[in-house]
Amino acid sequence: MSATLDAPRTPLRPARKKGVNWEKWGWIYMRVSGVVLVVLIFGHLFMNLIVGDGVSAIDFAFVGGKWADPFWQWWDVAMLWLALIHGGNGMRTLVNDYARGPKFRAALKLAILAAVAILILLGTLVVFTFEPCPIGQPADLLPSFCAA
Amino acid sequence: MWSWVLHRITGVAIFFFLLVHILDTALVRVSPEAYNAVIGTYQTPIMGLGEVALVGAIVFHAFNGLRIILIDFWSKGTRYQKAMFYVVIALWVITMLGFTPRHLINVFSH
Repeated sequence: MSATLDAPRTPLRPARKKGVNWEKWGWIYMRVSGVVLVVLIFGHLFMNLIVGDGVSAIDFAFVGGKWADPFWQWWDVAMLWLALIHGGNGMRTLVNDYARGPKFRAALKLAILAAVAILILLGTLVVFTFEPCPIGQPADLLPSFCAA
Repeated sequence: MWSWVLHRITGVAIFFFLLVHILDTALVRVSPEAYNAVIGTYQTPIMGLGEVALVGAIVFHAFNGLRIILIDFWSKGTRYQKAMFYVVIALWVITMLGFTPRHLINVFSH
C-alpha cells in the first residue's frame, strides 16, 4: 500500500480561469483595509484610552458625547465594516488552513459569515439610531448637553 | 515564521474581542444603566491588564501587517523582511512603553 501526499500548498481545486478572481480581491482588501484600520484603530485607542482619564472615563455620557458628532459616527462605522470584514476574511483563511472535512469547513465559514453580517447590521443601526438623551433617564448618566 | 504565527494568534484574539466589543457597545441602545454596568467591568484592575494585552496584540498585528505589505509591494521587501521584523519588535516595545504606564495610571488611580 502506498500513500500519496499532495505537494505543499496544493489548492483544493484548480484556480478559476474565468470570472472575478475573488481570492485576489480578498488579498487586496486585506492590505488596503489594513492600512486604513491602522489609522482608524490607533485613533480610536488614542481618543478612548490615552486622552483625559482614559478607560476610566468611558460611560454612556462619553459615548453620547462622541456620537453627537457625525465625524465620530462615521469613524466608528468605517471601523466596524472594515474591521469585521478584515477579521472575517482572516478567520476564513484559518478555516481553509486548519479545518478538516467539507461539512465542518462549510459550517465554520457560515458561522463566520453570519457573525460578520449580523454584527455589521447591529453596529450600524446602533450608531445611527442612537439616542444620546433618552427620555426619563437620570440626568447624571447622560451627556451634559442633554440638560440644555 | 514566528511573525507569521504571532500574526495569526493576535488576529484571532482581536477578532473575538471585536465580536464582544460590538455587543457591549450596542448596549447604549438599551439604556444608560445597562451600558454603564457592563462597561464598568472593563474598568477593573484585571481587565485593565487585559487591555494592555489587547493593545499589545493590536499594535503587533498593525506593525507586522504594514511589514507584510512592504514585503509584498516594496522591491527590496523580501531582502529586508528579517530586518523589518526587528523594526516591528522595536516599534512595538516603544509603543507599549508609551501606552502601558499611561493606561495603568488611568486604571489604578480611579
